Amino acid sequence: MPEKPSRFRDPTKQSMLLTALYIAQEQYGYLSEEAMERTAARLGLTLKDVYSTASFYTMFRTQPLGKYVIQVCEGLSCFLVGGAERLVDYISRKLNIQPGQTTPDGLFTLQTVQCLASCGTSPTLKVNDELYEDMTPDKVDRLLDQLAGR
Amino acid sequence: MPFERILLRNVDVPNSEKIGTYLERGGYQALRKALQEYTPDELIEIVKASKLRGRGGAGFPAGLKWGFMPKGDVTKYVCVNTDEGEPGTFKDRLLVERDPHQVIEGTIIASYAVGAHRAFVYIRGEFFMGVKRWIKAIADAYDHGFLGKNILGSGFDLDLSVHRGAGAYICGEETAMLNSLEGKRGEPRLKPPFPAQVGLYGQPTLVHNVETLANVPHIVLRGPEWYASIGTEQSTGPKIFCISGHVKRRGNYELPLGTPLRKIIFEHAGGMRDDRPLKAVIPGGASTPVLTPEYLDITMDFESLAKAGSMLGTGAIIVLDESTCMVDVARRLTKFFAHESCGRCTPCRVGTQRMLEILNRIEYGQGQEGDIDLLLSLCEGIAGRTFCPMGDAAVNPTLSTIKHFRDEYEYHIKHKRCPAA
Ligand SMILES: Cc1cc2nc3c(=O)[nH]c(=O)nc-3n(C[C@H](O)[C@H](O)[C@H](O)COP(=O)(O)O)c2cc1C
Ligand code: SF4
Ligand code: FES
Repeated sequence: MPEKPSRFRDPTKQSMLLTALYIAQEQYGYLSEEAMERTAARLGLTLKDVYSTASFYTMFRTQPLGKYVIQVCEGLSCFLVGGAERLVDYISRKLNIQPGQTTPDGLFTLQTVQCLASCGTSPTLKVNDELYEDMTPDKVDRLLDQLAGR
Repeated sequence: MPFERILLRNVDVPNSEKIGTYLERGGYQALRKALQEYTPDELIEIVKASKLRGRGGAGFPAGLKWGFMPKGDVTKYVCVNTDEGEPGTFKDRLLVERDPHQVIEGTIIASYAVGAHRAFVYIRGEFFMGVKRWIKAIADAYDHGFLGKNILGSGFDLDLSVHRGAGAYICGEETAMLNSLEGKRGEPRLKPPFPAQVGLYGQPTLVHNVETLANVPHIVLRGPEWYASIGTEQSTGPKIFCISGHVKRRGNYELPLGTPLRKIIFEHAGGMRDDRPLKAVIPGGASTPVLTPEYLDITMDFESLAKAGSMLGTGAIIVLDESTCMVDVARRLTKFFAHESCGRCTPCRVGTQRMLEILNRIEYGQGQEGDIDLLLSLCEGIAGRTFCPMGDAAVNPTLSTIKHFRDEYEYHIKHKRCPAA
Protein backbone atom coordinates (compact mmCIF):
# COMPACT_ATOMS: atom_id res chain seq x y z
CA MET A 1 0.00 0.00 0.00
CA PRO A 2 1.58 3.33 -1.01
CA GLU A 3 2.05 5.55 1.98
CA LYS A 4 1.19 9.23 2.07
CA PRO A 5 4.33 11.29 2.45
CA SER A 6 4.69 12.38 6.04
CA ARG A 7 4.44 16.08 5.26
CA PHE A 8 0.76 15.57 4.52
CA ARG A 9 0.14 14.30 8.00
CA ASP A 10 -0.96 16.77 10.60
CA PRO A 11 1.51 16.38 13.47
CA THR A 12 -0.99 17.70 16.00
CA LYS A 13 -3.50 15.10 14.93
CA GLN A 14 -0.95 12.31 14.89
CA SER A 15 0.00 13.28 18.45
CA MET A 16 -3.56 12.42 19.43
CA LEU A 17 -3.09 8.87 18.22
CA LEU A 18 -2.29 7.18 21.54
CA THR A 19 -5.21 8.91 23.22
CA ALA A 20 -7.50 8.03 20.32
CA LEU A 21 -6.41 4.40 20.49
CA TYR A 22 -7.21 4.29 24.20
CA ILE A 23 -10.69 5.61 23.45
CA ALA A 24 -11.23 3.18 20.60
CA GLN A 25 -10.02 0.30 22.75
CA GLU A 26 -12.44 1.30 25.46
CA GLN A 27 -15.34 1.47 23.00
CA TYR A 28 -14.64 -1.72 21.09
CA GLY A 29 -13.03 -3.71 23.92
CA TYR A 30 -9.96 -4.17 21.74
CA LEU A 31 -8.43 -2.67 18.61
CA SER A 32 -10.23 -4.43 15.83
CA GLU A 33 -9.36 -3.54 12.26
CA GLU A 34 -12.53 -1.51 12.12
CA ALA A 35 -11.53 0.41 15.23
CA MET A 36 -8.14 1.18 13.75
CA GLU A 37 -9.62 2.19 10.40
CA ARG A 38 -11.99 4.61 12.07
CA THR A 39 -9.19 6.04 14.15
CA ALA A 40 -7.11 6.51 11.01
CA ALA A 41 -9.94 8.29 9.22
CA ARG A 42 -10.56 10.59 12.18
CA LEU A 43 -6.93 11.67 12.41
CA GLY A 44 -6.13 11.82 8.72
CA LEU A 45 -3.66 8.95 8.95
CA THR A 46 -3.30 5.72 7.02
CA LEU A 47 -4.27 2.39 8.54
CA LYS A 48 -0.60 1.53 8.29
CA ASP A 49 0.35 4.53 10.46
CA VAL A 50 -2.19 3.50 13.06
CA TYR A 51 -1.24 -0.15 13.03
CA SER A 52 2.46 0.68 13.20
CA THR A 53 1.95 2.70 16.36
CA ALA A 54 -0.67 0.46 17.96
CA SER A 55 1.41 -2.68 17.54
CA PHE A 56 4.40 -1.10 19.27
CA TYR A 57 2.75 -0.63 22.66
CA THR A 58 1.90 -3.51 24.96
CA MET A 59 -1.17 -1.83 26.41
CA PHE A 60 -2.95 -1.88 23.07
CA ARG A 61 -4.58 -5.20 22.31
CA THR A 62 -5.68 -6.52 18.99
CA GLN A 63 -7.94 -9.19 20.44
CA PRO A 64 -10.56 -9.23 23.17
CA LEU A 65 -9.39 -10.04 26.68
CA GLY A 66 -11.13 -11.01 29.89
CA LYS A 67 -13.19 -8.58 31.95
CA TYR A 68 -10.38 -8.50 34.48
CA VAL A 69 -6.85 -8.49 33.13
CA ILE A 70 -4.47 -9.64 35.85
CA GLN A 71 -0.91 -8.55 35.24
CA VAL A 72 1.68 -10.01 37.57
CA CYS A 73 5.05 -8.29 37.79
CA GLU A 74 7.93 -10.62 37.06
CA GLY A 75 10.66 -8.10 37.81
CA LEU A 76 13.68 -8.91 39.97
CA SER A 77 12.53 -7.03 43.08
CA CYS A 78 9.22 -8.85 43.02
CA PHE A 79 10.93 -12.21 42.57
CA LEU A 80 13.26 -11.61 45.53
CA VAL A 81 10.35 -11.37 47.95
CA GLY A 82 8.36 -14.33 46.75
CA GLY A 83 6.60 -12.88 43.75
CA ALA A 84 7.07 -13.21 40.00
CA GLU A 85 6.49 -16.77 38.74
CA ARG A 86 5.62 -18.03 42.19
CA LEU A 87 2.60 -15.75 42.13
CA VAL A 88 1.97 -16.41 38.44
CA ASP A 89 1.98 -20.17 39.08
CA TYR A 90 -0.39 -19.78 41.97
CA ILE A 91 -2.91 -17.77 39.96
CA SER A 92 -2.37 -19.98 36.98
CA ARG A 93 -3.32 -23.09 38.95
CA LYS A 94 -6.20 -21.37 40.64
CA LEU A 95 -7.77 -20.09 37.42
CA ASN A 96 -6.60 -23.05 35.40
CA ILE A 97 -5.11 -20.87 32.66
CA GLN A 98 -1.56 -20.17 31.47
CA PRO A 99 -0.17 -16.65 31.18
CA GLY A 100 -1.59 -15.13 28.01
CA GLN A 101 -4.85 -17.06 28.32
CA THR A 102 -8.39 -16.09 29.32
CA THR A 103 -10.77 -18.15 31.45
CA PRO A 104 -13.59 -19.76 29.41
CA ASP A 105 -16.17 -17.56 31.17
CA GLY A 106 -14.32 -14.50 29.86
CA LEU A 107 -13.78 -13.17 33.37
CA PHE A 108 -10.01 -13.30 33.80
CA THR A 109 -6.97 -12.94 31.59
CA LEU A 110 -3.57 -13.66 33.10
CA GLN A 111 -0.48 -11.81 31.89
CA THR A 112 3.04 -11.17 33.11
CA VAL A 113 4.50 -7.68 32.98
CA GLN A 114 7.79 -6.05 33.72
CA CYS A 115 8.34 -3.69 36.64
CA LEU A 116 5.31 -1.73 37.92
CA ALA A 117 7.48 0.73 39.85
CA SER A 118 6.31 -0.64 43.20
CA CYS A 119 9.42 -2.63 43.97
CA GLY A 120 9.46 -1.45 47.60
CA THR A 121 6.00 -2.92 48.21
CA SER A 122 6.41 -6.00 46.05
CA PRO A 123 5.17 -8.56 45.06
CA THR A 124 2.84 -6.50 42.93
CA LEU A 125 0.16 -7.10 40.38
CA LYS A 126 -2.37 -5.03 38.52
CA VAL A 127 -5.98 -5.79 37.74
CA ASN A 128 -7.11 -3.49 34.93
CA ASP A 129 -6.06 -0.04 36.18
CA GLU A 130 -5.77 -0.94 39.85
CA LEU A 131 -2.44 -1.71 41.52
CA TYR A 132 -2.18 -4.31 44.31
CA GLU A 133 0.93 -4.33 46.50
CA ASP A 134 2.52 -6.72 49.02
CA MET A 135 0.58 -9.61 47.49
CA THR A 136 0.41 -13.04 49.09
CA PRO A 137 -1.51 -16.15 47.99
CA ASP A 138 -4.09 -15.34 50.69
CA LYS A 139 -4.63 -11.86 49.36
CA VAL A 140 -4.86 -13.24 45.83
CA ASP A 141 -7.59 -15.64 46.97
CA ARG A 142 -9.61 -12.84 48.48
CA LEU A 143 -9.09 -10.57 45.49
CA LEU A 144 -10.15 -13.18 42.96
CA ASP A 145 -13.21 -14.10 45.01
CA GLN A 146 -14.20 -10.48 45.26
CA LEU A 147 -13.77 -9.89 41.52
CA ALA A 148 -15.69 -13.03 40.66
CA GLY A 149 -18.51 -11.74 42.87
CA ARG A 150 -18.31 -14.73 45.17
CA MET B 1 21.07 14.56 63.28
CA PRO B 2 18.69 12.97 60.77
CA PHE B 3 18.63 14.56 57.37
CA GLU B 4 15.69 16.91 56.98
CA ARG B 5 13.76 15.73 53.96
CA ILE B 6 13.43 18.18 51.10
CA LEU B 7 11.84 16.41 48.15
CA LEU B 8 9.77 14.07 50.29
CA ARG B 9 8.85 16.62 52.94
CA ASN B 10 5.20 16.58 51.93
CA VAL B 11 4.53 12.99 50.96
CA ASP B 12 3.39 11.75 54.36
CA VAL B 13 1.13 14.73 55.07
CA PRO B 14 -2.58 13.93 54.66
CA ASN B 15 -3.92 15.07 51.27
CA SER B 16 -0.39 15.93 50.18
CA GLU B 17 -1.43 15.79 46.53
CA LYS B 18 -3.90 18.65 46.90
CA ILE B 19 -2.99 22.15 45.86
CA GLY B 20 -4.33 23.54 49.17
CA THR B 21 -1.91 21.38 51.15
CA TYR B 22 0.95 22.34 48.89
CA LEU B 23 0.18 26.05 49.24
CA GLU B 24 -0.16 25.80 53.02
CA ARG B 25 3.27 24.24 53.14
CA GLY B 26 4.91 27.05 51.21
CA GLY B 27 4.27 25.79 47.71
CA TYR B 28 4.51 28.04 44.64
CA GLN B 29 6.55 30.64 46.52
CA ALA B 30 9.58 29.62 44.48
CA LEU B 31 7.62 30.25 41.29
CA ARG B 32 6.65 33.71 42.50
CA LYS B 33 10.25 34.45 43.40
CA ALA B 34 11.56 33.13 40.09
CA LEU B 35 9.15 35.22 38.03
CA GLN B 36 9.45 38.39 40.08
CA GLU B 37 13.10 38.48 41.04
CA TYR B 38 15.03 36.73 38.29
CA THR B 39 15.50 36.89 34.55
CA PRO B 40 15.54 33.59 32.69
CA ASP B 41 19.32 33.83 32.28
CA GLU B 42 19.78 34.41 35.98
CA LEU B 43 17.78 31.28 36.71
CA ILE B 44 20.00 29.25 34.40
CA GLU B 45 23.02 30.58 36.30
CA ILE B 46 21.38 29.66 39.61
CA VAL B 47 20.77 26.10 38.50
CA LYS B 48 24.32 25.88 37.17
CA ALA B 49 25.65 27.11 40.51
CA SER B 50 23.58 24.55 42.39
CA LYS B 51 25.37 21.83 40.36
CA LEU B 52 22.11 19.91 40.14
CA ARG B 53 22.58 16.77 38.05
CA GLY B 54 19.83 14.86 36.26
CA ARG B 55 18.14 12.16 38.31
CA GLY B 56 16.91 10.15 35.31
CA GLY B 57 20.00 7.98 35.21
CA ALA B 58 22.81 9.75 33.42
CA GLY B 59 23.54 12.53 35.90
CA PHE B 60 24.03 15.23 33.29
CA PRO B 61 24.33 18.76 34.78
CA ALA B 62 20.87 20.35 34.53
CA GLY B 63 22.06 23.96 34.27
CA LEU B 64 24.31 23.06 31.36
CA LYS B 65 21.37 21.46 29.57
CA TRP B 66 19.23 24.56 30.16
CA GLY B 67 22.08 26.63 28.72
CA PHE B 68 22.12 24.49 25.54
CA MET B 69 18.58 25.54 24.70
CA PRO B 70 18.77 28.26 22.03
CA LYS B 71 17.85 31.77 23.08
CA GLY B 72 15.32 33.97 21.38
CA ASP B 73 11.99 33.66 19.77
CA VAL B 74 11.86 30.05 18.60
CA THR B 75 9.21 27.55 19.60
CA LYS B 76 10.62 25.42 22.40
CA TYR B 77 9.22 22.64 24.53
CA VAL B 78 9.76 21.14 27.94
CA CYS B 79 8.98 17.47 28.65
CA VAL B 80 8.60 15.86 32.02
CA ASN B 81 9.73 12.25 31.93
CA THR B 82 7.40 10.13 34.10
CA ASP B 83 8.10 6.84 32.39
CA GLU B 84 9.73 5.16 35.38
CA GLY B 85 9.84 1.40 34.86
CA GLU B 86 13.29 -0.03 35.43
CA PRO B 87 13.17 -2.85 38.01
CA GLY B 88 14.16 -1.43 41.38
CA THR B 89 13.05 2.16 40.70
CA PHE B 90 9.91 3.55 42.34
CA LYS B 91 10.62 7.15 43.32
CA ASP B 92 9.00 9.12 40.50
CA ARG B 93 5.68 7.39 41.03
CA LEU B 94 5.77 8.48 44.67
CA LEU B 95 6.58 12.09 43.76
CA VAL B 96 3.84 12.28 41.16
CA GLU B 97 1.16 10.56 43.19
CA ARG B 98 1.88 12.30 46.48
CA ASP B 99 3.33 15.68 45.56
CA PRO B 100 2.57 16.52 41.93
CA HIS B 101 2.62 20.28 42.52
CA GLN B 102 6.25 20.22 43.52
CA VAL B 103 7.08 18.79 40.07
CA ILE B 104 4.71 21.22 38.32
CA GLU B 105 6.32 24.17 40.07
CA GLY B 106 9.75 22.98 38.96
CA THR B 107 8.46 22.51 35.42
CA ILE B 108 7.06 26.04 35.23
CA ILE B 109 10.32 27.53 36.49
CA ALA B 110 12.34 25.47 34.01
CA SER B 111 10.03 26.48 31.15
CA TYR B 112 10.36 30.14 32.07
CA ALA B 113 14.15 29.84 32.24
CA VAL B 114 14.49 28.28 28.79
CA GLY B 115 11.69 30.30 27.19
CA ALA B 116 9.22 27.49 26.49
CA HIS B 117 5.49 28.17 26.41
CA ARG B 118 4.36 24.60 25.97
CA ALA B 119 5.24 21.70 28.22
CA PHE B 120 4.21 18.07 28.23
CA VAL B 121 4.11 15.43 30.89
CA TYR B 122 4.85 12.01 29.47
CA ILE B 123 3.62 9.36 31.85
CA ARG B 124 3.76 5.63 31.40
CA GLY B 125 0.40 4.09 30.64
CA GLU B 126 0.50 1.75 33.63
CA PHE B 127 0.46 4.64 36.12
CA PHE B 128 -3.27 5.09 36.22
CA MET B 129 -3.31 6.83 39.60
CA GLY B 130 -0.43 9.03 38.45
CA VAL B 131 -2.36 10.08 35.35
CA LYS B 132 -5.32 11.08 37.49
CA ARG B 133 -3.14 12.98 39.94
CA TRP B 134 -1.31 14.82 37.16
CA ILE B 135 -4.54 15.85 35.45
CA LYS B 136 -6.14 17.10 38.65
CA ALA B 137 -3.03 18.95 39.79
CA ILE B 138 -2.59 20.66 36.43
CA ALA B 139 -6.24 21.75 36.39
CA ASP B 140 -5.85 23.22 39.88
CA ALA B 141 -2.64 24.97 38.92
CA TYR B 142 -4.51 26.62 36.02
CA ASP B 143 -7.31 27.69 38.37
CA HIS B 144 -4.79 29.36 40.65
CA GLY B 145 -3.11 31.20 37.80
CA PHE B 146 0.14 29.20 37.95
CA LEU B 147 -0.42 27.94 34.42
CA GLY B 148 -1.98 29.56 31.38
CA LYS B 149 -1.67 33.16 30.25
CA ASN B 150 0.27 35.81 32.14
CA ILE B 151 1.27 33.63 35.05
CA LEU B 152 1.11 35.60 38.33
CA GLY B 153 1.06 38.83 36.32
CA SER B 154 4.54 38.21 34.96
CA GLY B 155 3.59 38.22 31.29
CA PHE B 156 4.91 34.66 30.99
CA ASP B 157 2.54 32.10 29.41
CA LEU B 158 2.76 28.34 29.75
CA ASP B 159 0.46 25.49 28.85
CA LEU B 160 1.02 22.06 30.35
CA SER B 161 -0.77 18.84 29.47
CA VAL B 162 -0.52 15.13 30.12
CA HIS B 163 0.32 12.53 27.52
CA ARG B 164 -0.22 8.93 28.49
CA GLY B 165 2.14 6.29 27.13
CA ALA B 166 0.94 2.78 26.49
CA GLY B 167 3.40 0.25 27.83
CA ALA B 168 6.96 0.43 26.51
CA TYR B 169 9.95 0.88 28.80
CA ILE B 170 12.05 2.30 25.98
CA CYS B 171 9.81 5.39 25.86
CA GLY B 172 11.73 6.55 28.95
CA GLU B 173 14.70 7.15 26.66
CA GLU B 174 14.26 10.79 25.81
CA THR B 175 14.19 10.60 22.01
CA ALA B 176 11.89 7.55 22.04
CA MET B 177 9.66 9.61 24.31
CA LEU B 178 9.55 12.41 21.75
CA ASN B 179 8.46 9.96 19.05
CA SER B 180 5.81 8.59 21.35
CA LEU B 181 4.57 12.11 22.11
CA GLU B 182 4.24 12.60 18.36
CA GLY B 183 1.99 9.54 18.16
CA LYS B 184 4.61 7.30 16.60
CA ARG B 185 6.30 4.07 17.56
CA GLY B 186 8.46 4.78 20.57
CA GLU B 187 11.76 4.07 18.89
CA PRO B 188 14.81 6.12 19.82
CA ARG B 189 16.23 8.70 17.43
CA LEU B 190 19.89 8.96 16.62
CA LYS B 191 21.82 11.46 18.78
CA PRO B 192 23.20 13.97 17.96
CA PRO B 193 21.27 16.10 17.38
CA PHE B 194 20.26 16.19 21.02
CA PRO B 195 16.71 17.18 21.99
CA ALA B 196 17.95 20.60 23.13
CA GLN B 197 18.69 21.30 19.45
CA VAL B 198 16.16 19.16 17.58
CA GLY B 199 13.46 17.69 19.77
CA LEU B 200 9.69 17.51 19.76
CA TYR B 201 8.30 18.40 16.29
CA GLY B 202 11.85 19.27 15.35
CA GLN B 203 12.05 22.10 17.88
CA PRO B 204 14.47 22.57 20.80
CA THR B 205 13.21 20.54 23.75
CA LEU B 206 14.29 20.26 27.35
CA VAL B 207 13.65 16.80 28.80
CA HIS B 208 13.92 16.18 32.52
CA ASN B 209 13.19 13.45 34.97
CA VAL B 210 10.48 14.08 37.58
CA GLU B 211 12.90 14.04 40.50
CA THR B 212 15.26 16.50 38.79
CA LEU B 213 12.44 19.02 38.36
CA ALA B 214 11.28 18.51 41.95
CA ASN B 215 14.62 19.94 43.10
CA VAL B 216 14.22 23.18 41.19
CA PRO B 217 11.77 25.07 43.49
CA HIS B 218 14.02 24.40 46.49
CA ILE B 219 17.10 25.67 44.66
CA VAL B 220 15.30 28.89 43.72
CA LEU B 221 13.83 29.41 47.17
CA ARG B 222 16.83 28.59 49.33
CA GLY B 223 19.63 29.46 46.94
CA PRO B 224 22.23 27.49 45.02
CA GLU B 225 24.88 27.78 47.77
CA TRP B 226 22.59 26.08 50.26
CA TYR B 227 21.82 23.38 47.70
CA ALA B 228 25.44 22.80 46.74
CA SER B 229 26.36 22.45 50.41
CA ILE B 230 24.36 19.20 50.49
CA GLY B 231 26.08 16.12 49.13
CA THR B 232 29.56 15.95 47.68
CA GLU B 233 31.65 18.31 45.58
CA GLN B 234 30.40 16.93 42.26
CA SER B 235 27.15 15.30 43.33
CA THR B 236 25.11 17.91 45.11
CA GLY B 237 21.72 17.87 46.74
CA PRO B 238 19.38 15.27 48.11
CA LYS B 239 18.63 12.00 46.36
CA ILE B 240 15.75 9.61 46.74
CA PHE B 241 17.21 6.14 47.12
CA CYS B 242 14.78 3.31 46.38
CA ILE B 243 15.66 0.19 48.33
CA SER B 244 14.22 -3.18 47.46
CA GLY B 245 15.15 -6.82 47.82
CA HIS B 246 16.42 -8.57 50.92
CA VAL B 247 16.33 -5.81 53.53
CA LYS B 248 14.11 -5.38 56.56
CA ARG B 249 12.58 -2.04 55.57
CA ARG B 250 12.22 -1.54 51.85
CA GLY B 251 11.16 1.86 50.58
CA ASN B 252 12.19 5.32 49.45
CA TYR B 253 14.77 7.13 51.55
CA GLU B 254 15.75 10.70 50.83
CA LEU B 255 19.36 11.32 51.85
CA PRO B 256 22.22 13.54 50.71
CA LEU B 257 24.17 12.26 47.74
CA GLY B 258 27.37 10.76 49.11
CA THR B 259 25.69 8.83 51.93
CA PRO B 260 27.58 5.56 52.50
CA LEU B 261 25.89 2.50 51.04
CA ARG B 262 26.39 0.61 54.29
CA LYS B 263 24.50 3.26 56.20
CA ILE B 264 21.58 3.20 53.77
CA ILE B 265 21.25 -0.57 53.96
CA PHE B 266 22.03 -1.19 57.62
CA GLU B 267 20.64 1.92 59.28
CA HIS B 268 17.89 3.31 57.13
CA ALA B 269 16.63 0.07 55.62
CA GLY B 270 17.11 -1.77 58.94
CA GLY B 271 19.71 -4.26 57.71
CA MET B 272 19.36 -7.61 56.06
CA ARG B 273 16.10 -9.51 56.18
CA ASP B 274 16.41 -12.47 58.58
CA ASP B 275 19.96 -11.22 59.23
CA ARG B 276 21.37 -13.29 56.40
CA PRO B 277 24.74 -12.23 55.03
CA LEU B 278 24.75 -9.82 52.12
CA LYS B 279 25.96 -11.24 48.85
CA ALA B 280 25.68 -8.43 46.32
CA VAL B 281 24.12 -5.04 45.67
CA ILE B 282 22.81 -3.55 42.47
CA PRO B 283 23.40 0.11 43.30
CA GLY B 284 21.42 2.11 40.77
CA GLY B 285 18.69 0.13 39.05
CA ALA B 286 18.55 -2.87 36.74
CA SER B 287 21.04 -1.46 34.26
CA THR B 288 23.87 -0.81 36.71
CA PRO B 289 26.68 -3.33 37.31
CA VAL B 290 26.46 -5.31 40.56
CA LEU B 291 28.84 -4.69 43.45
CA THR B 292 30.13 -7.14 46.05
CA PRO B 293 30.22 -6.61 49.86
CA GLU B 294 33.75 -5.18 49.62
CA TYR B 295 32.13 -2.07 48.21
CA LEU B 296 29.77 -1.51 51.15
CA ASP B 297 31.70 1.51 52.34
CA ILE B 298 31.34 3.27 49.03
CA THR B 299 29.53 6.59 49.10
CA MET B 300 26.45 6.84 46.93
CA ASP B 301 27.31 9.58 44.46
CA PHE B 302 27.99 9.74 40.74
CA GLU B 303 31.78 9.84 40.96
CA SER B 304 32.36 7.09 43.57
CA LEU B 305 30.16 4.62 41.77
CA ALA B 306 31.81 5.34 38.45
CA LYS B 307 35.18 4.75 40.09
CA ALA B 308 33.94 1.41 41.41
CA GLY B 309 32.99 0.36 37.89
CA SER B 310 29.27 0.83 38.39
CA MET B 311 26.83 3.72 38.19
CA LEU B 312 24.54 5.71 40.45
CA GLY B 313 21.84 5.39 37.80
CA THR B 314 18.49 6.18 39.32
CA GLY B 315 19.66 5.45 42.89
CA ALA B 316 17.65 2.23 42.99
CA ILE B 317 19.45 -0.11 45.35
CA ILE B 318 18.55 -3.79 45.03
CA VAL B 319 19.98 -5.82 47.91
CA LEU B 320 20.70 -9.52 47.48
CA ASP B 321 21.43 -11.95 50.29
CA GLU B 322 23.49 -15.13 50.17
CA SER B 323 20.54 -17.28 49.09
CA THR B 324 20.47 -15.51 45.72
CA CYS B 325 21.73 -17.20 42.57
CA MET B 326 23.66 -14.63 40.58
CA VAL B 327 23.12 -16.42 37.28
CA ASP B 328 19.43 -16.16 37.97
CA VAL B 329 19.77 -12.45 38.70
CA ALA B 330 21.52 -11.91 35.37
CA ARG B 331 18.92 -14.04 33.63
CA ARG B 332 15.99 -12.13 35.08
CA LEU B 333 17.44 -8.73 34.30
CA THR B 334 18.40 -9.84 30.79
CA LYS B 335 14.85 -11.04 30.30
CA PHE B 336 13.69 -7.55 31.16
CA PHE B 337 15.96 -5.95 28.57
CA ALA B 338 15.19 -8.58 25.92
CA HIS B 339 11.50 -7.96 26.50
CA GLU B 340 11.87 -4.20 26.33
CA SER B 341 14.22 -3.99 23.34
CA CYS B 342 12.41 -1.87 20.77
CA GLY B 343 13.80 -4.04 18.02
CA ARG B 344 15.25 -1.22 15.99
CA CYS B 345 18.83 -2.48 15.92
CA THR B 346 20.05 -6.04 15.58
CA PRO B 347 22.72 -6.24 18.31
CA CYS B 348 20.17 -5.32 20.96
CA ARG B 349 17.16 -7.13 19.50
CA VAL B 350 18.89 -10.41 18.65
CA GLY B 351 21.79 -10.19 21.06
CA THR B 352 19.67 -9.90 24.19
CA GLN B 353 17.54 -12.85 23.04
CA ARG B 354 20.64 -14.96 22.47
CA MET B 355 22.01 -13.98 25.87
CA LEU B 356 18.73 -14.91 27.48
CA GLU B 357 18.74 -18.35 25.84
CA ILE B 358 22.22 -19.05 27.12
CA LEU B 359 21.50 -17.73 30.61
CA ASN B 360 18.34 -19.84 30.73
CA ARG B 361 20.16 -22.99 29.83
CA ILE B 362 22.95 -22.35 32.33
CA GLU B 363 20.44 -21.67 35.09
CA TYR B 364 18.49 -24.85 34.28
CA GLY B 365 21.58 -27.06 34.34
CA GLN B 366 21.99 -27.38 30.60
CA GLY B 367 24.90 -25.03 30.23
CA GLN B 368 27.74 -26.04 27.98
CA GLU B 369 31.47 -25.66 28.08
CA GLY B 370 32.28 -22.32 26.47
CA ASP B 371 28.95 -20.66 27.37
CA ILE B 372 30.63 -18.07 29.57
CA ASP B 373 32.92 -17.03 26.73
CA LEU B 374 29.96 -17.01 24.39
CA LEU B 375 28.12 -14.65 26.74
CA LEU B 376 31.16 -12.40 26.99
CA SER B 377 31.54 -12.23 23.24
CA LEU B 378 27.84 -11.45 22.84
CA CYS B 379 28.18 -8.62 25.35
CA GLU B 380 31.11 -7.30 23.38
CA GLY B 381 29.04 -7.42 20.22
CA ILE B 382 26.23 -5.41 21.82
CA ALA B 383 27.88 -2.78 24.02
CA GLY B 384 28.76 0.38 22.13
CA ARG B 385 27.22 -0.93 18.91
CA THR B 386 23.61 -0.01 19.36
CA PHE B 387 21.42 2.85 18.30
CA CYS B 388 20.57 3.97 21.85
CA PRO B 389 22.17 3.46 25.28
CA MET B 390 19.93 0.51 26.09
CA GLY B 391 22.37 -1.87 24.47
CA ASP B 392 25.05 -0.84 26.98
CA ALA B 393 22.58 -1.16 29.83
CA ALA B 394 21.44 -4.62 28.75
CA VAL B 395 24.87 -6.23 29.03
CA ASN B 396 25.69 -4.88 32.49
CA PRO B 397 23.95 -7.55 34.59
CA THR B 398 25.68 -10.37 32.74
CA LEU B 399 29.09 -8.73 32.48
CA SER B 400 29.21 -7.73 36.12
CA THR B 401 27.94 -11.04 37.48
CA ILE B 402 30.50 -12.92 35.40
CA LYS B 403 33.17 -10.54 36.65
CA HIS B 404 32.37 -10.99 40.34
CA PHE B 405 30.73 -14.43 40.43
CA ARG B 406 32.31 -16.41 37.61
CA ASP B 407 32.65 -19.42 39.90
CA GLU B 408 28.86 -19.62 40.16
CA TYR B 409 28.52 -19.77 36.41
CA GLU B 410 31.18 -22.46 36.30
CA TYR B 411 29.45 -24.45 39.03
CA HIS B 412 26.16 -24.41 37.11
CA ILE B 413 27.85 -25.62 33.96
CA LYS B 414 30.03 -28.24 35.63
CA HIS B 415 27.46 -29.73 37.99
CA LYS B 416 24.50 -29.20 35.68
CA ARG B 417 22.41 -27.58 38.37
CA CYS B 418 21.83 -24.38 40.30
CA PRO B 419 23.41 -24.56 43.76
CA ALA B 420 20.68 -22.33 45.17
CA ALA B 421 17.76 -24.34 43.80
C1 LIG C 1 16.61 2.77 27.92
C2 LIG C 1 16.47 4.06 28.66
C3 LIG C 1 15.38 4.25 29.49
C4 LIG C 1 15.23 5.43 30.20
N1 LIG C 1 14.15 5.57 31.02
C5 LIG C 1 13.99 6.73 31.71
C6 LIG C 1 12.86 6.93 32.56
O1 LIG C 1 12.00 6.05 32.69
N2 LIG C 1 12.74 8.10 33.22
C7 LIG C 1 13.67 9.10 33.08
O2 LIG C 1 13.50 10.14 33.68
N3 LIG C 1 14.74 8.95 32.29
C8 LIG C 1 14.92 7.80 31.59
N4 LIG C 1 16.01 7.66 30.76
C9 LIG C 1 16.93 8.80 30.62
C10 LIG C 1 16.40 9.80 29.60
O3 LIG C 1 16.84 9.40 28.31
C11 LIG C 1 16.92 11.20 29.86
O4 LIG C 1 18.30 11.16 29.94
C12 LIG C 1 16.39 11.83 31.11
O5 LIG C 1 14.99 11.83 31.12
C13 LIG C 1 16.89 13.23 31.23
O6 LIG C 1 16.46 13.80 32.44
P1 LIG C 1 17.46 14.26 33.57
O7 LIG C 1 18.50 15.12 32.91
O8 LIG C 1 16.58 15.05 34.47
O9 LIG C 1 18.03 13.05 34.19
C14 LIG C 1 16.18 6.47 30.06
C15 LIG C 1 17.28 6.26 29.22
C16 LIG C 1 17.43 5.08 28.53
C17 LIG C 1 18.61 4.90 27.65
S1 SF4 D 1 19.58 -0.42 21.51
FE1 SF4 D 1 17.73 -1.68 21.73
S2 SF4 D 1 16.23 -0.28 22.56
FE2 SF4 D 1 17.88 1.00 21.72
S3 SF4 D 1 17.26 1.43 19.61
FE3 SF4 D 1 18.47 -0.45 19.52
S4 SF4 D 1 16.94 -2.11 19.67
FE4 SF4 D 1 15.94 -0.23 20.36
S1 FES E 1 10.14 -5.36 40.06
FE1 FES E 1 8.03 -5.71 40.42
S2 FES E 1 7.30 -3.70 40.79
FE2 FES E 1 9.39 -3.34 40.28
